Amino acid sequence: MNVKYGLVLGTFALFCFAFIYSCKDTPFQQGKILYENFCANCHMEDGSGLEGLIPPLAGADYYRQNILESACLIRNGMEGKVVVNGRTYEQPMPNNDQLTEFEITNILNYINNAWYDDLPYVKLEDVRNTLNACKVD
Amino acid sequence: MSRNHLKQLSFLLLFYAGAFACGNKKTLPILSKPTIENGVSSYEKIPDFQFINQDSQRITPATFANKIYVVDFFFTSCPTICPTLAKEMKRIYKHFEEEDKVNLLSHTIDPKRDSVGRLAVYAQNLEVSSDKWHFVTGDKRELFDIAEHYFNIVIEDASVPEGLDHSGRIVLVDTQGHIRAFCNGTKPEEVDRFINDIERLLQEYEDL
Repeated sequence: MNVKYGLVLGTFALFCFAFIYSCKDTPFQQGKILYENFCANCHMEDGSGLEGLIPPLAGADYYRQNILESACLIRNGMEGKVVVNGRTYEQPMPNNDQLTEFEITNILNYINNAWYDDLPYVKLEDVRNTLNACKVD
Repeated sequence: MSRNHLKQLSFLLLFYAGAFACGNKKTLPILSKPTIENGVSSYEKIPDFQFINQDSQRITPATFANKIYVVDFFFTSCPTICPTLAKEMKRIYKHFEEEDKVNLLSHTIDPKRDSVGRLAVYAQNLEVSSDKWHFVTGDKRELFDIAEHYFNIVIEDASVPEGLDHSGRIVLVDTQGHIRAFCNGTKPEEVDRFINDIERLLQEYEDL
């Protein structure tokens, strides 16, 4: 009886360990996959953007100051001028209205984790509220 | 060693040295379709064209007389391969910035939306000189048709984003209108090799 108990506990512990360990290796794996599929084409895999055409996401003052608002940008796209790190960009950003609030939260957390080390975790509820406020018909 | 043997050996040595030196000067092959003109085998040239660039200048084959030029196809609203393509083209541009013999030619495949003004803004944002890198628009049929001659495929496809699909090939054309190299512009390793090919072609002209 004791052996069986030990075995179950041991397996459970192993499982937890494997889970935590694998998550540590690639945090926000889902966000990374989404980023690479929907964002990297323009903002590039390393978040560096493209000259004066496409703003960077890595080390971008605008992003740092507008994290939740960026959820709206991802969902609805953007037109008009935007200033990032002192440079003005006006190339329109296409929308991604097929992305769910869950996916958008993942993307934001991936960006925060990949290129910043002092930004807070983005909560699904906050993204949901933000997206509801900027809903486009 | 007898005198005869020495003579033979030195001749052989010289021969191999010569062969080795000449063998290393590999010229880029001509990749354009072979044709027969008046019974003489030849290669297809890029056909005559007339487009307008971001400065409203007329761009024809004469624009590239005595130059080699690098070609691709894009459109400013393209959300898929174009930014990567532009990034690689810019890399090629920077590498040969001081080399006047090298020009770049990007054709839009969306002339309806990509007006001269729009191309001018695009080029400005990429921070390139219009003397060296031409972004051209023109008649849609002509733009689509010439793509094939530059080893690129352009089709209208309502199922893809923005309704236009095109391959991301970057192609090198020599002073005779023949294609000498190409690569997949979305792959940086291939563009590295392509930059080498441009260097080789420039070297060929210097050796003439």
